[in-house]
Amino acid sequence: MPTIKLTRPKLDAGEKIYFGALIKGFFLTMKHAVKSLRGKSYGAEGLASSGMGVTMQFPEQRWDEHMPEYYRGAPTLVTDEQGRERCVSCQLCEFICPPKAIKIIPTEIPSNEKWAKVEKRPLEFDIDMIRCIYCGMCEEVCPEQAIYLRKDYLITGTTRKDMVHNKKKLYEIGGVRVGLVNKWNELK
Amino acid sequence: MDLLITLAIIVTKIVFFTFLVVLPLVPLSVYFERRFSAIIQDRVGPNRVGIPLTLFGFKKDFHFFGLIQPIADGLKLFLKEDFTPDHVRKAFYWLAPALTLVPALITVCVVPFGPDVTLFGRTEKLVIADIDVGPLFVFAISSLTVYGITLAGWSSNSKFPFIGGVRSTAQMISYEICLGLSIIPVLLYFGELNLNRIVQEQADNGWLLLPFWTDGKLSLPDLQTALFLIPAFIAFLIFTISIFAETNRMPFDLPECETELVGGYHTEYSSMKFAMFFMGEYAAMVIGSALIITLFLGGWSVGFGLDAAIANFSIGDFQIGGFIHMGIFLTKLLAFILFFILVRWTVPRFRYDQLMKLGWVIFFEAALINVFLAALIIAAPTMTTAILIIGLILLTIVTAAVIWVAKISEPPAKILRV
Repeated sequence: MPTIKLTRPKLDAGEKIYFGALIKGFFLTMKHAVKSLRGKSYGAEGLASSGMGVTMQFPEQRWDEHMPEYYRGAPTLVTDEQGRERCVSCQLCEFICPPKAIKIIPTEIPSNEKWAKVEKRPLEFDIDMIRCIYCGMCEEVCPEQAIYLRKDYLITGTTRKDMVHNKKKLYEIGGVRVGLVNKWNELK
Repeated sequence: MDLLITLAIIVTKIVFFTFLVVLPLVPLSVYFERRFSAIIQDRVGPNRVGIPLTLFGFKKDFHFFGLIQPIADGLKLFLKEDFTPDHVRKAFYWLAPALTLVPALITVCVVPFGPDVTLFGRTEKLVIADIDVGPLFVFAISSLTVYGITLAGWSSNSKFPFIGGVRSTAQMISYEICLGLSIIPVLLYFGELNLNRIVQEQADNGWLLLPFWTDGKLSLPDLQTALFLIPAFIAFLIFTISIFAETNRMPFDLPECETELVGGYHTEYSSMKFAMFFMGEYAAMVIGSALIITLFLGGWSVGFGLDAAIANFSIGDFQIGGFIHMGIFLTKLLAFILFFILVRWTVPRFRYDQLMKLGWVIFFEAALINVFLAALIIAAPTMTTAILIIGLILLTIVTAAVIWVAKISEPPAKILRV
């Protein structure tokens, strides 16, 4: 085994006494204190601070406009411009979901309806937001472009039941999404 | 009847100083700790807790800058489950938190909060017990705190608290000696062990570290006093650092040391028992800074020859200038607590061997030499030049010998192999 010989760095007398470093440290911490009181901390502007340190104070200030494009918030179901619910309840998202937050009960679309050829749609679609880890795998795996992670991040509830998003709620948050591939539109 | 009145006054003083002055300082310093450390770290800190007026339909909450936060924290600790693990030694486990908090509060009784106050024709001192062994009493009682920590570590009967307790014992032994030795120059200078009279002396003739007035008039210090600034400053340095070690504050908080020992000696404690350790630590910090201020920074005196005027301030028959002095004392105390907090966020924690080395090899010797230096300066006017020079030479030889011994006793740095 090769050995590497390490020698400790030679310290001069000032460094050995250690007080110089201490005083330097005091100045550094005090500089931070003064700057953060004046709202001029490093990066305060970019982080839209509240005027104290770099902190944005939450209920009054929101970071919504600073949110990046790729932000992953609550998973939702979407409808397209023809008003069709895009989910065909293939249950791929249910199977891929790492924390098993999604539960789908599929049902058949009655033959007298407009989109009967799609054959299936969810009867119930529940996402347990206590379990959801916002990984975005459901969005990635969906063959129908039906489930999307939106920018909603304030998901709160007073009971466990409140935290389960049912189908109605999911469509409500998701809304209409345009510009998707409409593979069911061809006449068959 | 007279006895009854005296008793009533003593009880009033105890309740007032311990429970209305020092104990409220504990949550206040916790608040300052959290706010100041937040500001240092570019954060905001607790600023919300207050009266939630918006719940009752008002426009804005009333939040006192979050000053209520420690009370909310205390309430939370009261409501938490007081869990006693199965494997602890119950009697000592229950005794330990009390043993850390109580000594810190007992030492309050010798701290002078102000000069005499005259109320209803009675002149009273603003100190609970005006005894003639002030600092010694503080050392004797406050060193009992370590029993609390050690007992907590031992009785918890698990690894991390045990290591914390052992560390605490070793740390206390290494720092108690320098703590005691470092103030001997101060006591030599004042020729006095009564804290109240020490402060009175400083109010009249200049603080130990700021001797710029004599007999209430601004003037430059004479040669002896000016020379004494050197041992005074060394004593101040050693004493302050030892107080940091004594109160388990940051550069020396090895007994609890979150990063190494989970929670140190109070790992197994919860609820109010934990809160008592917490309060004990902060109460010790308050008393420690009170002692530093009293001995070195003029206690309740405002300095620059203004003290006599303030002390004699009276409304009618009530000579209440003492309460103004008490305000000054508390202001100094808060400033020093802020210094404690600044140190906590500036200086990284010492390694264990560094701590022991600092205590035994550097501070012990420095304090010892400092005693002789101070004695030489104080005795100088009464001695002939020849004796003085011999003394100086002897001191230099002793200092050189101590430094040499410290140097050769340290093994040369080993070459590390990876």
